[in-house]
Parts: sequence; C-alpha cells; structure tokens
Amino acid sequence: MRHTTHLLYTLNVYTVCIVLRMTISHTLLGFLESGPCHGYDLKHSYDQRFGNDRPLHYGQVYSTLSRLLKRGLVEVEGMEPGGGPERKRYAITEAGVTDVTQWLVTPEKPDSYLQSTLYTKVVLAILTGRDAAKLLDAQRAEHLRLMRELTRRKTGGDLADQLICDHALFHLEADLRWLELTTARIDRLSAEVRS
Amino acid sequence: MSSAVLTAVGLRKTYGTTPALAGADFGISAGETVAVMGPSGSGKSTLLHCLAGIVLPDAGTIMYGGRKLSALSDAERSALRRSEFGFVFQFGQLVPELTCIENVALPLRLTGHSRRAAERAAMPWLERLEVADLANKRPGEISGGQGQRVAVARALATAPRVVFADEPTGALDSLNGERVMELLTDAARATKAAVVLVTHDPRVAAYADREIVVRDGHTRSMGAAA
Repeated sequence: MRHTTHLLYTLNVYTVCIVLRMTISHTLLGFLESGPCHGYDLKHSYDQRFGNDRPLHYGQVYSTLSRLLKRGLVEVEGMEPGGGPERKRYAITEAGVTDVTQWLVTPEKPDSYLQSTLYTKVVLAILTGRDAAKLLDAQRAEHLRLMRELTRRKTGGDLADQLICDHALFHLEADLRWLELTTARIDRLSAEVRS
Repeated sequence: MSSAVLTAVGLRKTYGTTPALAGADFGISAGETVAVMGPSGSGKSTLLHCLAGIVLPDAGTIMYGGRKLSALSDAERSALRRSEFGFVFQFGQLVPELTCIENVALPLRLTGHSRRAAERAAMPWLERLEVADLANKRPGEISGGQGQRVAVARALATAPRVVFADEPTGALDSLNGERVMELLTDAARATKAAVVLVTHDPRVAAYADREIVVRDGHTRSMGAAA
C-alpha cells in the first residue's frame, strides 16, 4: 500500500475507529482459526491486513495471547527451541471458535452522532455573534480537501485501499450533506437560537 | 490566475425577474479540473452555459484565450464550441442513429475532417475510455455507463482546451460513475484540457483539483487542493 504523510491522520483515525474497535483479541482468534501460529506470524498477519500506519507491538500480541490463554480461548500447541527464547505455537480452542463466531455475528452498534461537535460550534458561533456560515464553509473546504486526498489514494490503490477509503468517503459525504443543509437553514437556526 | 485559460468576472444573468447569477467570478487553468457545486437553482448550470458561450451574461466579462467571449458573433462562438470546447452531459446525448465510433467522430466531421480521418482519430479515444469493442454498436445497444464513456470520448476527440461536464455521472451507479470520473480526469490532465465540472455530488467533486460553490448567484472559492 502507498502512503503519504498527509494520509497518516486519516489512516490513524480509521485504524483507531474501525480496526481497534474490532478488538485485537477477536482478530487474532480469527487468524488462528486457519491453523496454529506463532505470535510473530499473528503480528505480521495483522499488520498486513489491518495495520496500515499502526502496526501491532509485539507486547500487545503477547499480552493478548496471554489473556486468551487464561480465558481458555487458545492453547499452546507446542514449543520450539531456538537461539533466543522458546517460541510457542498457539491454537484456537472450541471455546475460542464459539467466541469469535459470536463476535462476528453480533452487529455493531451504529453511532448516532446526536450531539456533534460541528452542531455545537454552529450554535456557539450564532450565540456569540460570529459568522456561522463562514464556519460551515471552512469546514466544508476541509472535508473536501480530505475527500480529494482519499480519492487520489483510492484511484491509485489496491482493493483494500479502495474499501478503506470508500468507508471514509461515504462518512465525509454524509457530513457534507449536513453542512449544506445547515447552511441552507442558518437563518432559521439563528432566529431560534437567539429567541 | 496567470495561466488561466478561461476567466469570468462579475457575471450577472437574469431570466425574467429571476436572478440566476449575481456577480459570479471564475477562473480555470490548463489541465485543471474545477468542480462547480451548489444547491439546485443556485446558478451553477447558468454559470456553465455562460462560460461555454451558450448564453451571454447580462453583465460581466468572460475571457477565453485572450478573447472576450461576448465580443464574438454567434457563428464565432459556435465554431469555438465545436473546435475548442468539449461537452459531457448527465445523459450522454449520443445520436441514437449513429454507432459509437460515428458519435465520437461527429465533432471531427463538423470541423472538416473526412469520415475516414475522423473515425481513425476517434478510435484511440474509444480505446482510452475502454469501450473500443463497442465501436460499431448504437447507443440503444449499450449500458448507461458505457454510453457515458463514449460521450467522454466524444468530448475529448477534438483535443478541446476546455471540457464542460454537467452532472456527468448523475445517471450512473457509484462504480460506473467513479470509473467515468477517473477516465475523464486522467485523460483531461494528460491532454492539458481544463475541466469545468458541475456536480451536486461531493464524491464526484473530490476528483477535481478544487471547488467553487455557487449560492444565490454568487461564487465562493473553497481553496486549492493540498
């Protein structure tokens, strides 16, 4: 995947908002369903598919595996001696398969964004006599700037890039529609806020 | 804008008692794509029609290639549209009786090329737009997405300096719309054509280098690409 400095913010946001929400433990369990692995292999599988600019630290991998071991969701299938510390091969248990299945089939709770920062800013701008329309225009320009970046990345990217960027683009588009609608209603909102 | 190919200052246009443009400014450079956005009825299509010389503004100045558009006769503006401007509309507006290659060759025929020369020049555009295999089909035999690609090929076939695209993906599904935008903007950049892109869709506007918003007949620049 290609990256530019400009995209770090976006990638980080999406890694935090989507990938980490998936929880690392369920992701590692999912990888283990394909067959037993070392922690090293799990880290690389994760980084390759979901890491983007936030690869997992080895410490995160081993602490997660340790928790899964305690909960009986994975087991150590074998030990391989080497020049350094012994390498454990982890395998998923029946309980682990049940756990990851349950997680996969449970829908995520949609975010409602009922009290967004943008709405608060617009109301405060009106209350304090500032130009709310200008604020909305500035936000719109920033959203479109990011959409252009994502579109450029998507155009030259692989399928994973395209899907990640599409997710971001659709959310930004929804924000933009809200900005447009709010701009069209700014006079009415101003009257209500000041009354 | 020093390298601007097309500029407009203080455009005003009223239809009856309804003001469509109330002091709109615009500028675009060679190879640049500018999205013109705004709510329905804001004046963005009127702006496009004025910039393309299809309608004359009541006031204001449009300069193209060092010439004042309003100083040209109807015939001169028609010739300009045939030879130096390209057009893509929401519905391809291909001539249904002609095959795809004949549609793409049409603007070249209108500028004096023989049928053979025009079709020879048109074919690479169909290839570039990934619809060469449809060359001998008529518009009624192809999908909307394919038809729009043919329309883009037709718009670019005369090597125009400015392409005017009015909601070019408005009738297409997301995947087809994106592909048409990729092909249009790639081809325009490669040929240094400026693209005036009227759209209400932010995802389409994101293919542009920057955007202009039209509200109540006024234009607001939203800044250049990062």
